[in-house]
Amino acid sequence: MKDLNGLSKEKLEEMYVKMEQIRQFELKAAELYQAGELPGFLHPCAGQEAAAVGVMTAIDQDDYISTTHRGHGHVIAKGTDLNRMMAELFAKKDGCCRGNGGSMHIMDRSRGILGANGIVGAGTTLATGAALAAKISGNGRIAVSFFGDGAQNEGFFHESMNIASIWNLPVIFACENNQYAESTSQKYHMRPDDIAQRGEGYGVKSFTADGNDVLDVYEKARQAAEICRKGEGPVLIESKTYRWFGHYVGDPGIYRPEGEAEMWKGPEKEPIARFRAQLAGKGLFTEEELDQLRDQVARQIEEAVAFGKASEPQVPEFALENVYEEGLL
Amino acid sequence: MRKITYRDAIKEALEEEMRRDDNVFLIGEDIADPFGGSFKVTKGLSTEFGTERVRNTPISEAGLTGAAVGAAIAGLRPVAEIMYIDFSGCCFDAIVNQAAKIRYMSGGQVEVPLVFRTQQGAGKSSAAQHAQSWEAIYAHIPGLKVVLPSTAYDVKGLLKTAIRSNDPVLFIEHKMLYGEKGEVPEEEYTIPFGKAEVRKTGSDVTIVAYSRMVQMALEAAKMLEKDGIDAEVIDLRTVVPLDRETLLNSIRKTGRLAVVHEAVKRCGFGAELTAFAVEEAFDYLDAPVVRVAAENTPVAFAPQLENRIIPNTDRIYTSVKKLFE
Repeated sequence: MKDLNGLSKEKLEEMYVKMEQIRQFELKAAELYQAGELPGFLHPCAGQEAAAVGVMTAIDQDDYISTTHRGHGHVIAKGTDLNRMMAELFAKKDGCCRGNGGSMHIMDRSRGILGANGIVGAGTTLATGAALAAKISGNGRIAVSFFGDGAQNEGFFHESMNIASIWNLPVIFACENNQYAESTSQKYHMRPDDIAQRGEGYGVKSFTADGNDVLDVYEKARQAAEICRKGEGPVLIESKTYRWFGHYVGDPGIYRPEGEAEMWKGPEKEPIARFRAQLAGKGLFTEEELDQLRDQVARQIEEAVAFGKASEPQVPEFALENVYEEGLL
Repeated sequence: MRKITYRDAIKEALEEEMRRDDNVFLIGEDIADPFGGSFKVTKGLSTEFGTERVRNTPISEAGLTGAAVGAAIAGLRPVAEIMYIDFSGCCFDAIVNQAAKIRYMSGGQVEVPLVFRTQQGAGKSSAAQHAQSWEAIYAHIPGLKVVLPSTAYDVKGLLKTAIRSNDPVLFIEHKMLYGEKGEVPEEEYTIPFGKAEVRKTGSDVTIVAYSRMVQMALEAAKMLEKDGIDAEVIDLRTVVPLDRETLLNSIRKTGRLAVVHEAVKRCGFGAELTAFAVEEAFDYLDAPVVRVAAENTPVAFAPQLENRIIPNTDRIYTSVKKLFE
């Protein structure tokens, strides 16, 4: 049977479907948001699909992840139900967080998701703690923290790298360098060109991946997971990628040089087109088969939107629940 | 009954809970042997339980407390030591934005069974960055429970409850109480949160205190007794949850309220207690509520300056006495 980078056809299909799910989910969510149908903020990760799916392909269902306000992609890649995700965006009762988290804090504990954090670097500490718990309990799990180039300038990241390093914790620091910390470019916000260079000072093994090539991200993450499971973690992976939208939907991104976004969206860089070319080029899938998979995802997304819209609104009294185990104190 | 120190009572609670539940572990700066913690509370524990479960960290408050939150979400029951509450400025996010919020933001999917053990208070000339009292800051944050034990008996029973709680607890010890001895039974016991203890019954005025100020309030009550004033002294034990019932019953009985704490007066927990009395027992109050608290200054270094700022027995006595003039 044919494969690509040791990945079976079945696995490759799953990766392609997840990338399509993320892209289409984000574009649909942005459309709904612009139409005024979703409350709150929306920070889409369109353009960064390969960085999420590549890492998730290398870890197990039981492993932990932490993510951020730009976390839909990670949550989808970890296998969370799209209907419940969309219901959460609509702030409805059937949402993953029952309408109490929203886009920024979308999470699913049953999938090992430790939380989506609005405090951008804080997830690195949570993943470090989950890795510590895995080490103390000896359950063999690893943890992955997803965060951006902006977050790695916060102290949380540096303290976590140091602690994880001295204790050899099984944690992968998966930095998605999408070139901008909100509106501030990487060239301005840090001195080295590569975030992966941060690892050296902490004695942490580091990789740089082409974050728009899902197979390259997967290969680096596969090695990282192996290192962690051998008890030789942590590992830092920098996936160089690009955020299609501004910081949030509604941010026109006037801080970007002309032509930059177009370059990243071109067929040479764009992650889904590149993966399709790899799959078709090896003769693993025909273009028609890939189109069919893409269209199946489009139907799933429509279904998720219908589910989200139809779900009951949360009752106002729910605001008083889940403050403490006992309710309100 | 045997008498042990507040320090040893904390250690016993930690030991017993670690033996009872393999998921309990300690994490903090300099807590392992041979040093055994800045206040020697954890001395011997890393020798007994190993350094895997009694984990020394670098000086890294944000890293260690954040990791404790992550470990709690993942199913363990960490006890994270923050050496001085003053240092919690370095890890405020882990306490208020992570631990306190995750149950809520996740719509109840996740619990954070985590104790932040720390200590506060003046009395040692430790100056402005090692002697503050911050309970009101944390009591202000929904999602946190805030505990301030005043005796060896209480500190043990309350810490055991804190470790078994499925919510984050800010467990605030007092640095001047570690050497204080009190009766602690050999047998297992726990103390529920939200149950104040009436340390002395009285009929003329209610004095509410917690932590180190309880002892001073009791001494002041003795002085008042000589003047014919029968004070009731209530030790809150926990400010979140607050034992409203005991407070209300006492205020209704005495008609007068004095609140005492070591934290600065402005926006201190005494303001909350005063508002409570006004909202819930206004008709029973025969006099204005009096707040005995620290001056609105940082904590000074020189002993006589520190004394000028922090409440003591005499100031409690004088302030309460005025209610009867």
